[in-house]
Amino acid sequence: MRPVRAVRDGVVIARRNLIGLRRTPGALVTGIAQPILFVIILAYVFGGTLGGGAYREYLVGGILAQTLTFNSSFTAVYLAKDLQSGLIDRFRALPMSRVGVILGRTVSDLVMSAISVLVILGCGLAIGWRASTGPGSVLLACALLLLFAFAVSWVGALIALTARSVEVAQSLGLLWLFPVCFISGAFVSADSLPTGLQAIARWNPITAVASAARQGFGNEVPPGFMSPGGWPGENPVLYSVLSCVVIIAVFAPAAVLQYRRISRR
Amino acid sequence: MIALHGIVKQFGDRTALDGIDLEVPSGTVQGLLGPNGAGKTTIVRVLTTLLTPDRGDALVAGHSVRSDPDGVRRSLGVSGQYAAVDEKLTGYENLRMVAQLYGMRRRAAAERARQLLRDFRLDDVADTLLAGQYSGGMRRRLDLAGAVIARPPVVILDEPTTGLDPRGRRDTWDAVTSLTDEGVTVLLTTQYLEEADQLADSIAVIDRGRIVADGTAAALKQRVGGSRVDIVLADADDGAAARSALQRDGHDTEAGDRGRRLTLAADEGGPGLSRALAVLERAGIDVAEAALRRPTLDEVFLGLTAGSSLEPSAETDSAGAGRPGAEETDEALPAEAAR
Repeated sequence: MRPVRAVRDGVVIARRNLIGLRRTPGALVTGIAQPILFVIILAYVFGGTLGGGAYREYLVGGILAQTLTFNSSFTAVYLAKDLQSGLIDRFRALPMSRVGVILGRTVSDLVMSAISVLVILGCGLAIGWRASTGPGSVLLACALLLLFAFAVSWVGALIALTARSVEVAQSLGLLWLFPVCFISGAFVSADSLPTGLQAIARWNPITAVASAARQGFGNEVPPGFMSPGGWPGENPVLYSVLSCVVIIAVFAPAAVLQYRRISRR
Repeated sequence: MIALHGIVKQFGDRTALDGIDLEVPSGTVQGLLGPNGAGKTTIVRVLTTLLTPDRGDALVAGHSVRSDPDGVRRSLGVSGQYAAVDEKLTGYENLRMVAQLYGMRRRAAAERARQLLRDFRLDDVADTLLAGQYSGGMRRRLDLAGAVIARPPVVILDEPTTGLDPRGRRDTWDAVTSLTDEGVTVLLTTQYLEEADQLADSIAVIDRGRIVADGTAAALKQRVGGSRVDIVLADADDGAAARSALQRDGHDTEAGDRGRRLTLAADEGGPGLSRALAVLERAGIDVAEAALRRPTLDEVFLGLTAGSSLEPSAETDSAGAGRPGAEETDEALPAEAAR
């Protein structure tokens, strides 16, 4: 059974990745320090201009969406490292699932993302963010965030398998994140952008994920902020889930196809 | 057990493999000997299903690399010159992971990993050192243990001792020998003639993507002709005089050791040695040592691959057979590296 083997091999690889992560505390520092820095910079450097306390509350959903998108670069870098070290060649010569290697990576990187979510929520509490809904609603929001993290992780995987060197994977894996994260409603109101960018921001899954998280936490839009319009703006949760499904449906098969095609050395 | 039929592989304009035919019977060790860039690694990559040949097919334990790559992977263990072990895992964790990826259940995988760590004398560091902290020889042994962990009928060793020190090389040879005692079919690539001579039942010499000779070490030596005479002169300054004296007598010589050592063909055996010594005596040249011997595989190799632009060694010191570490590690071919 192919799917059973993919999951079984994925678990073996994920476990191996997590052991490696545990022995590379430096990687965790990046994953933890980066969201903390973003929270501090955005809350206190930009936050004063953008609405103070109300903005800081608004910010948490945005930072969550942005950080989890950035975490896809972990997938890109670590997969590229395995490619470069020849370990992937070893895996490719084993009678194991082709999907398993990448699935293992994206699953273990979910652990990193879960840590990021906890760190950001902790930071949020420190700067005055509160969830006004119940624990169930908060947990659902977190589950949606992790689904999104899992989906963008496959984008990172495809980047690694296309770049095939750590350096290229690292720069490519970061490059796309900036426009994608900032032409969105993660940090500002999507509807405040110029017309051309406004349409992109409205349909940007990051806008929807940030809005869905805010909805789950019961965080209000600060005064003077326009709620993102359009269908995605009105149905952020549904649009987020659909986006994740589409991202996985496109990038997972593409990554697996690329994995089959690669041939190092 | 391993069969290659008309394998052709091109990288752009360059023909890496130009019609490789090779049969390796069950339970034997086939050496694949050639200079850097001859196509050894490409053959390994075809057999391990990492590359699909442009033409031809290869069978491993009856499975075709084209139509049943998964069957090939199940029947195969690979250990490469790059010793692809996970540096962040201990030896035990590495082996358990490989065993599980071969489809073993957790407990069976753990037991088998422990057993191999004992067999390969890595059990004392199995849980204390990460593979990244291993010495080169230990890494190679760990990689080799991973290759045999699922008891595959076929094991492919790609330059198993390249870059190892003499002790590491000796350890690896012992491990390969114990494999063959268990009846495993082995394909071994090497650029060291001594290694092929020591380990392989049969040796295929590959040059520029073609097999230029195939047979036992003895048969290959036969092909290059009869005996050789080695003469060591008492004084290296006599080298040029000695060579021209032998030249006048009709002998082409190869000089080594800064002119002190001379090697010449002596097809007629003993009388050839006597005659060469007589020539030198008449010329008033003192000889420190003289010996009659069979050709080394180095000479066989150079004879068979003559004209190759990729000769392994410019120094024709033919007596020093295959010294590991004397040459650059077989790095990726440029055309393949771009892939």
